[in-house]
Order: sequence, then C-alpha cells, then structure tokens
Amino acid sequence: MRALLDRLFPARAMREIGVLGMNGRNINYISRYNSRQLYPLVDDKLKTKQLALEHGVTTPELIGVISAQHDVRRIAELVKGHDGFCIKPAKGSGGKGILVVARVEDGRFFRTNGTEIPLIDLQRHLSNVLAGLFSLGGAPDVAIIEALIRPDEVFRDYSYAGVPDIRVVVFQGVPVMAMVRLSCAASNGKANLHQGAVGVGLAMDTGRAVCAVQRNRPVFIHPDTGHPLDGLVIPHWHALLELSCACADMTGLGYLGVDLVMDRERGPMLLELNARPGLAIQMANGTGLLPRLRRVEAEPRIVKAGVRERAAFAARHFGTRPAAIAAVA
Amino acid sequence: MKRPNRTAFFLLVAALLGAGAFLTWYRHVTFEVPFLPGERRQVWSVEAQIDFIAMGEAVTASLAVPGSQPGFELIGEHTASPGYGLAFVENNGARRAEWSIRRAEGRQTLYYRADMMVDPETLEDKVGVPPPIRQVVRDGGPQATAAAQLLQNAEARSANPYTLARELIHEFNQETQTARLLEQEKPRGEWLVELLNQAGVAARVVLALELEDGRRRQSPVQVLQVFDGERYALFNIRSGRQGQRANLLLWEYQSGSLLDVVGGRNSEVNFAMILQEVPINRMLEAGVLPAAQHFLDFSIHSLPLSEQTLFKGILLIPVGVLIVCFMRIFVGLRTSGTFMPVLIALAFIQTSLVTGLVGFLLVVAAGLMIRSYLSKLNLLLVARISTVIISVIIIIAAFSVLSFQLGLTEGLKITFFPMIILAWTIERMSILWEEEGPKEVLVQGGGSLFVALIAYVAMSHPVVRHLTFNFLGLQLVMLALLLVLGNYTGYRLSEFRRFRPLVERG
Ligand SMILES: Nc1ncnc2c1ncn2[C@@H]1O[C@H](COP(=O)(O)OP(=O)(O)O)[C@@H](O)[C@H]1O
Ligand SMILES: [Mg+2]
Repeated sequence: MRALLDRLFPARAMREIGVLGMNGRNINYISRYNSRQLYPLVDDKLKTKQLALEHGVTTPELIGVISAQHDVRRIAELVKGHDGFCIKPAKGSGGKGILVVARVEDGRFFRTNGTEIPLIDLQRHLSNVLAGLFSLGGAPDVAIIEALIRPDEVFRDYSYAGVPDIRVVVFQGVPVMAMVRLSCAASNGKANLHQGAVGVGLAMDTGRAVCAVQRNRPVFIHPDTGHPLDGLVIPHWHALLELSCACADMTGLGYLGVDLVMDRERGPMLLELNARPGLAIQMANGTGLLPRLRRVEAEPRIVKAGVRERAAFAARHFGTRPAAIAAVA
Repeated sequence: MKRPNRTAFFLLVAALLGAGAFLTWYRHVTFEVPFLPGERRQVWSVEAQIDFIAMGEAVTASLAVPGSQPGFELIGEHTASPGYGLAFVENNGARRAEWSIRRAEGRQTLYYRADMMVDPETLEDKVGVPPPIRQVVRDGGPQATAAAQLLQNAEARSANPYTLARELIHEFNQETQTARLLEQEKPRGEWLVELLNQAGVAARVVLALELEDGRRRQSPVQVLQVFDGERYALFNIRSGRQGQRANLLLWEYQSGSLLDVVGGRNSEVNFAMILQEVPINRMLEAGVLPAAQHFLDFSIHSLPLSEQTLFKGILLIPVGVLIVCFMRIFVGLRTSGTFMPVLIALAFIQTSLVTGLVGFLLVVAAGLMIRSYLSKLNLLLVARISTVIISVIIIIAAFSVLSFQLGLTEGLKITFFPMIILAWTIERMSILWEEEGPKEVLVQGGGSLFVALIAYVAMSHPVVRHLTFNFLGLQLVMLALLLVLGNYTGYRLSEFRRFRPLVERG
C-alpha cells in the first residue's frame, strides 16, 4: 500500500532529490527574495537594456523601438542595412511574440527556417505587439527591434536555425544552476523549452553538459543535427558565471534567471532577465534545486562577497561530474 | 529579505475559522437552521414590489393578493411600507391589500410578500369556486358567425371541458384570419371565456406567476382557468398547453385588476421569488417564516426578497473560486483565464448543464472559425476583439432563433452566457492555436471546462446551496481555507508526473 502510494505520488523521493515545486518556488523564493517594485526592471526588456547599459553589461544591439501604430510602416526603412533582426515585445515572456528574421535579401525577409515572411505580415505582427497581444494581461506594449545575434561557432553542431541561450539561476547573487537551451526545428528558431527546444544541464565548474531533456524526456543527441550532446562544453565558462553574478547585482533581485548568449563577434551578452525562472532547469540537470539553494542560505557570508568569490563558490560547490550522458552514449 | 510573520498569519486563520464556526453554530442553535436540507417543507416566498410616483396628495394603493389554493398553502404575509396604513379587505372572495396615506410625494415603493408552502394536499379553494356562467346573446354579425364556427370545430373534436378549451385555443392558433377578426373586438382571453360559457363550461382569465427559484422582476401571465365541476385546469392562452400546477401560483383570480393606485402615476408591480427550505418544526412553532429581526441575525434573510435572490447566486461564487484555487494550486491544472471557469459554471447553473455545455462548445467552435478568418484581415487587436464580440452575439442570436424554430426552447437559454468573456476566450484560444497548436488549445480549453464542470457540480448541489445561503459564517471559513491554500508550498499533483523522470533516474 505504502509502496503503491509512493509510486503514484513520489513526494518523498522528490523531496530527497530536493526538487523545487511551483508552489515552493513562488512562496519560499520568489515572493520572499524578490521585492515587487523591482519587477518592472526585468519584465520590461527595454528597461533591462537601459540598466545593462548603465552597468557596462553588453546586450544585443538595439536597432530601434516602435511604440506607435503609425510607425509600423517604417519598419522596412528602420532595418535597412541589417541583414537580420529580431522583433520582440518589450513585456513578453516565454518566447511569445518573438519573430526572428534571419536573412534580408533586397527588401525581402526570411525566417530562420528559410520561408519568406511578407512585409505585411511583419507589420501585422508589430501591430499585435503594440496592442498588447503578447504581454501579460494584454497591456499595451512597444516592439523592440534588435540586431540578429550570431551564435558562437561552438554551437554550430548543437543548434538548428536559432540562437541557443544559457540560463543561469542566480540566488542571492550566487549562481546555483545552469543550462543551455538549444533551438531546434520543433521550436521555430527560439530557444524556449516549452516550445520544444532542448535543455542541456551544465556542470557549474566546467560548463560541460551533464544531461539533456526535450519536452520533459531525456535525449542524448541533438534531434536535428544528430550530434551527441555530451561533448558540449561552453567556452569562457567562468566569464559567464561572473557575468551572471553582475547581472543579479544590478537588479537587486534575490532569485533570478539570467539568460546569456554567446555572440560570434561580441562574446557573452545579456539577453534577458527573468524574475520567475522556470523549474525545467532541474530536469535538464537531472537534479533538484533545493539542496543548492539551502547551501547558499546556510552561508550568509558568501552572499555579501564580491562577484569573483561568488562565481568561485558556485564552481566549487555545484560542479557535477558529467556522468549521465557519458554512461549512455 | 523580510520573512512573513507566521504567527500572525496563523492567528488570522484561526480567528477567521473561529468566527466562522461560531456564527455557523449560533445560527444553527438559535435559529434552528439545520445543516442539511431535507425533513423540511418547500416554501415559495413571492414578493411584489410596487413602485409609483406620488403626486403630493392622498394615496391609496390596492393590490390583489393570493390566498391558499390547491397545491399551495398561504402560511404568512409581510408588508413593508413606511408611513402607510394597511388593511386587508375581502370582497366576495377576492382579497386585496390596501395601503393608504394622507399625503405623499415622489417615488414610493411598497412591498408585499406572501409565503406559500408547497402542499399537494391543500384543497382549500376559494380559487376552486367556479364563476357564474354568462351567456352572451349576439345578433348575427361576421364576428358572431366566425366565433360560432370556431366553437363548433372545437366541440367536434373534444370530449370534456378541458379538451374543449385546448381545442378552442388550437382553433385560434390555426384560423389566424378568424382569430385576428375576433381579436379586433376584444382580447383572446375574453373570447375564450365567452365561447366556453356558451358551451356551458365555467371559465375565467386569471393572473398567475410562473415560479422559478431566484427570479426577479417578473410579471404575472394571463392563464385560462377552466372548470370541470369543482376541479379546474389551467391553460396557456397562447400555446394551449396545460399549465403545471406546481409551477403556477394563481395571484389574482376574481377577474379584478392587479393593482389600483389613486393619487400616483407610473405605477408598476414586479415580482421576485425565491424557494426556501424550511424545517417543519420551526414552521409549526413560529407559525410563519422568521419575521422578527434578531440581533446577530447574520443572514441575508432580513433583506428584501429581490436582494436575497441576488445573494443566493453571489454567495455561491466563493465556492467556485475556492475550487479554481484548489485546482490550480493543489492539482496544477492549467485553465485559460484564471476565473473564467467560475463564470462558465455560473452560466451553466442558469442554462442547465447539457444545454450550457452544448451551447458553449458550439459558440466557441463557431467563434474560432470566424476568428481564423479575421486573422487574415490584418485588423488591430481592439477592433478584432470587438468584431469577435459582435460575432459572438450574432452566433448566439442565430442559435437562439434556430433552436426556437426547431422547437428546442432550451436553446434560448444560451443568452445567459457572458458574451464579453466568451469573446476573450475565443481570442485567447485562437492565439494559442496559432502559437502552440491545437493540442494546447485542447489542454487549456479542456482544463477550463473541466474546472467549470466541477465548480458547477459543487455550486448546484442542494447541500452546498443550502449551506452557503443559510450560514453566512461559512464565508469566513472559506476565506480561511483560501489563505491556507495560498500558503501551500508542497508539490502539485501534476508535478508528480512532470518530475517523474527525475525520480526514476536518481
Ligand atoms: N536578437 C536576437 N537574434 C536572434 N535570436 C534571438 C534574438 N533575441 C531573441 N532570440 C531568440 O528568441 C528566444 C527568446 O528570446 P528572449 O529575449 O529570451 O524572450 P522571452 O522572454 O520571450 O524568452 C531566445 O532564446 C533566442 O533564441
Ligand atoms: Mg527567454
């Protein structure tokens, strides 16, 4: 009887691994460590950009902002001279309303998967963004036009038609867990997990892949390129860790998801910040967040330390040996 | 960062629980309201609200009031009429309430409430005394011939007073030309009475109320009362359908007027009705329903009936909200729009389940089709939503007309759906469809519908309705439950599925 219950409702096993649940995250971490008035800083991508600029953190180049319906017509003119760009709602989340134009050829626009997107569709998309279709609660919004990010060469075999981003969960200034999200055909050039991207957990000491999931199920090779995932190592890992610490410091949020990208030319950049980072990172890492969060809570000293010490603390305590993938592959 | 103060929180929850439990217990003990419905009698409280504008002189208002009748026993009457003198007068079987005042000016509102116990045994019937049969002698004329023809046709197809009445009404509906000719002289009801009298059947037109729990602003309908000796039957003058005794309360049955006001203008009378379950013992003791105001009477039964009927619905909303919170926090179901399921459930309560479900699915499906066309038109969002709202209204109108033509009067209830909400639902679903595919639409739409169904089942359960309506203290208990639920940090049921791979690997 007991065994059956445990099988059906594995609460005990999950507690042992230290899986953080949605309710626990909301009450014990988000509402306790993130003060409400700081949310706008991260919920509005334009404000995040501004903040990053003030703190000398690199972000993708801003081509322009479209904030009124009559400017929608100017889009073609605005992006002239750029051979790729990305439209996103300033207050969007979860990949909603993101439109990546990977190629512009004599005034014609092409998506990441090669299909053409007519100018009129582009304009309609912009109107939808302005009307608040993609933002929380349908509030009116502005559209950000960003230069296309060209992912670092390391990702060539691991990414299909899109930009992989690296998510680091930073708790009280200390990076606790990380994963890289690889876009694939199923996710339409976006690296959002619930749209079908592959999540690969990363060891905090080396930036090496530990294990990977797609749509909540373990995977071992990239579904489009067929490349085994266990060879993936993120370059400049320590720089990325320190960047994520710096990003957390500039917002003042205690429980934060930092999304970084590696640009071919400009190196590590801040893509966006998230005050309610999702729980799927646990799946990608094959382990729970709670032990690491508690470790940080138990060491109030490290919270006050500098960026470098905190990054080093993370590397020392949260490194995982890349066993899971290697064992199978 | 600040930690929430646990002690204060638990004290608050305990205080709410305590207060709620105390109020509930108090009401149970002092007012003898049982916790379960049952072992009780149904009592219809029907309230007439008279509104008029007094013209600054003496006013008398006289309202026909009902008495005991087969199926219903009058067990109590209440009036509210500040400053007015009141008398009940009885005039050869017709009872009237008469209010009078020396001088009144401006808008006046008078209330009269009758409590009618449902009792199939009651046979007391001043109602049952047939009116005298009056033979009208007509000397020729096209109308007399036409009427005689109708009567002859009907008589040929009938065997007793009831079938005669039904066939007569049928004739009126069939022979539209003749009927129109006749109705030029006097209304159909009076013709029916005259023709029945001519055939030696006693009949009259009476005013009756269709009883339906929780209705407000109702008007009485004209009903044909046909006698067969001491017994009678009621017929709808238009459709000829025989009336259900249990749902029809005769209000005025002496062919008098419903309301006379002297010294006022723009008078109107509206009815509100509510079905209550009253324990027999309490009824025997007190004789009537609780009339006396009581200190600490934390019930809404002291309000006018029309407000009570409103509250009967409103007090159920917390139950639905609680269920939605439970489903989201504890189970982890995704719904489209946080409290949309509660609104859908409320609509289901008014439409009845099957009608509501079919109607909802039809409207949303049709709406999605229209919306998929709209998405090609490149409209601005506000304009698009407005277009969807209007489409929803048109769809609803179309379905109503269609179902009425097909004889499915149930279909008319589709108008109870909250249209703006439906339009937003359609808009969200269609975006979801475009962005995440039909599967997510099914998941979220199905989730919403599932939660709505559960909320509906709970909110329409007699015990739940009884408890929420009679024990206001339970609202505090629900509040406390919500607070506790809002603090639940454990896993959601859906997370056991989601994180299963983690457990099985580790
Ligand atoms: N400038 C860009 N160039 C190319 N791809 C981008 C760009 N900006 C975003 N993306 C893609 O879109 C995804 C979502 O973008 P992000 O800014 O994180 O928005 P969201 O808050 O909706 O997740 C990213 O993971 C990335 O794959
Ligand atoms: Mg993102």
